[in-house]
Amino acid sequence: MGALMNKTISIDGREIPFADGQTIMDAALAAGVYIPHLCHNPEFKPHGSCKLCTVSVNGRKVASCTMPAGEGMVVANDTTELNRERQALVQMLFVEGNHICPACEKSGNCQLQAVAYQLDMMSPHYTHFYPPREVDASHPDVFLDRNRCILCELCVRASRDVDGKNVFGLSGRGIGCRLVVNADSGRLGDTGFAVSDKAARVCPTGAILIKRQGFKVPIGERIFDHRPISEVQTEPGHE
Amino acid sequence: MEPCSFPHIESQLAPILVRHGYDATRLLQVLREVQDVLHFIPPEAVTCIASHFGMPRSGVEGVAGFYSFLSLKPAGEYRILFSDNITDHMLGKPELMQYFCNKLWVEPGKVSEDNLVSVDSTSCTGMCDQGPAALVNGWPLTNLDNNRLDLIAELIRLRKPLADWPPMLFEVADNIRRKGVLLDETQEPGAAIRETLARGARQTLAELDMSNLRGRGGAGFKTAAKWSFCHAAIAEEDGSEICDVDGTTKRVMVCNADEGEPGTFKDRVLLASYADLVFEGMTVGARVVGASKGFLYLRGEYRYLLDRLNTVLDRRRASGLLGRDILGEKGFDFDIEIHLGAGAYICGEESALIESLEGKRGRPRNRPPFPVTHGYLGLPTVVDNVETFACAARIAERGGAWFAAMGTPQSTGSKILSISGDCARPGIYEYPFGVTVREILADCGAQEPYAVQVSGPSGCMISWKEFERKIAFEDLPTAGAFMIFRRNRDVFQAAHNFVHFFAHESCGFCTPCRVGTQLQKKIMDKIDSGHGTVCDLEEMKRLGHLMKSMSHCGLGHTAGNPVLDTMEKFPDVYERKLANLAFEPAFDLDGALETAREITGRDDAWAHL
Repeated sequence: MGALMNKTISIDGREIPFADGQTIMDAALAAGVYIPHLCHNPEFKPHGSCKLCTVSVNGRKVASCTMPAGEGMVVANDTTELNRERQALVQMLFVEGNHICPACEKSGNCQLQAVAYQLDMMSPHYTHFYPPREVDASHPDVFLDRNRCILCELCVRASRDVDGKNVFGLSGRGIGCRLVVNADSGRLGDTGFAVSDKAARVCPTGAILIKRQGFKVPIGERIFDHRPISEVQTEPGHE
Repeated sequence: MEPCSFPHIESQLAPILVRHGYDATRLLQVLREVQDVLHFIPPEAVTCIASHFGMPRSGVEGVAGFYSFLSLKPAGEYRILFSDNITDHMLGKPELMQYFCNKLWVEPGKVSEDNLVSVDSTSCTGMCDQGPAALVNGWPLTNLDNNRLDLIAELIRLRKPLADWPPMLFEVADNIRRKGVLLDETQEPGAAIRETLARGARQTLAELDMSNLRGRGGAGFKTAAKWSFCHAAIAEEDGSEICDVDGTTKRVMVCNADEGEPGTFKDRVLLASYADLVFEGMTVGARVVGASKGFLYLRGEYRYLLDRLNTVLDRRRASGLLGRDILGEKGFDFDIEIHLGAGAYICGEESALIESLEGKRGRPRNRPPFPVTHGYLGLPTVVDNVETFACAARIAERGGAWFAAMGTPQSTGSKILSISGDCARPGIYEYPFGVTVREILADCGAQEPYAVQVSGPSGCMISWKEFERKIAFEDLPTAGAFMIFRRNRDVFQAAHNFVHFFAHESCGFCTPCRVGTQLQKKIMDKIDSGHGTVCDLEEMKRLGHLMKSMSHCGLGHTAGNPVLDTMEKFPDVYERKLANLAFEPAFDLDGALETAREITGRDDAWAHL
């Protein structure tokens, strides 16, 4: 902590202290206030792509994970309108990829699934895109299943900033954006990726899965089977 | 056909890499040249470039995969891209493209079996006044018709190099129809810089402030404010008064010539025939903010202007108007470099443009910080439109009061419009701000005008009921596009076309725009095919608002405009298209059997549902 927290913003009417340099998200999480998010992880540089954390600041919509907190900001977060829009974004993420929760070994530990429950998503609502996406099982210890990738770039950031390896990157544009790996063959098995890498453990969905671990913890006993994501992600010291 | 292999890629790429000094900010420029030489960017080239630039291979692949004009798969020795703007459509683009494909025995979007040619669509190439237009390996083809396409097909069959094609195929006319203060008067090169030096930077900024010049790219931010923010960003740190330059790059001037908004082509003409005025404006700006480095970011579609522009820059260097000690003023150093884009509308957004200038994917940055404080390579950077710089050059020469006397109080000066669509005289028209739509329509010989798309897909569509409205920031702000639709044109098709444009150009960074533009496209396709319902219209309204409120940048904020606007102003064109149902599934059961029918070669009644 160290930094002086003598300024405040208000989130849904509650005074929240912050230190200079903190974003709205930083201040909220530190105070135990949940703002839905997927591409954000407090351990990494904010990204601002999923837009789930959009809040209204003095009437203007901003991504709370990238917007620096400023003295006197009046933030609306847990409102019907914002949660409805967030739900639509999660539905979009579901239909643009191929997400089959009942058959996915990440079920129960998946942030995408958990945030969908959190936002009362009852159906995907939009027409499914059913895009053809590549699965890469070439690595001895890790699966890469692009069907579940939401392009949050957490693995990109982790590999670059923590592991110092730059195993992942994005190519393509628009709906054609896709995760690529750093190998001539385009296969994960031919990169320097290791199961011990930070990047192997940051995927909020089931796009990066560690092999032979899938059902070590049975369904029903997983993180979000017992507690909502809003509780888990606002715990002190939560990664 | 299997892609060929490239065992000698190192020696093939060496000259290009050497010329660009193995500099990562030149990555996009390098990739463009590789595409030119090899007609695509083979995996071997990606690996080779990555190793020389000391960057991950995935980084190079990421950039190469982002831009439309770069291709990671073979795209044929001749790559023909038909401009897909609605004005090209109205001039017969779909039929011409089909005719051309039949002629060459190719399918749109695929490469011919002999790897000779591919034919596809591309976003508006900025030739709406002389369409239908296309690009062949990046060079513009205008006024296409069956005869010209016959000739082009023959030249391709004979494998004639582009240099041997008849020059008339590549002719691009200026089509200036109405001149005002920017286009009419000639300015002697250096006149505005001399005035700036005589008056001093501080006073020049005051003149600019007095002129009330606002950015011509559409957003209308006050230019004097932008320039003074950029100067102030590090003024304390470097202790400089306005205009103190010590020779190291501390601030950057960027001219945004990524004129990608469909229907806009005024920058094309300014750069083709008034380049001195634009460069003069940049140099004045450099003096005012204390910049030593300048870039012209030229959209890939305008690469045919590159040599011409470099010649103008050389001439200006030779006359002491660029380079060290400009016009003999000690320490006034400024030079301009041209960067080419490679087919990405998003790079017209200033922070995406800066990313692209740095050789990266054109992804809009998180703001704050803004480019005026943290722009190109983190330096305070001014990004202004081509026309804004032309105005600044005039203001520096003639003074702020002179400029402010034209137009309206909130929108001073003149505006150059690019007029296309249903009119007798498409082309470039310069008007003082405040001119009515009706007046413009009369001048260009519009035929039974019914609707006008002002400022392109991201702008707004107005109906015949609104023709008394004025071109001005306070009424109809515009970056310059003015596309006219006559009575009996299907306005739905315009919105349909624009929706496809946004889906193609979304950078893919944020969820609402990446997915929202696709959903919008799918729903418009559904309505177009006669399966639309009232539910679909409601869905599109929600999508439009969602994109406006949650998207990362202006592209997503405006991507819903064409649909929201036309639904509000022309509800009947939608209602006519709707199936008479409250609900109609998006999934077409019979359509899903099409592949099976193709495989079995059946098309009898029993093969349909």
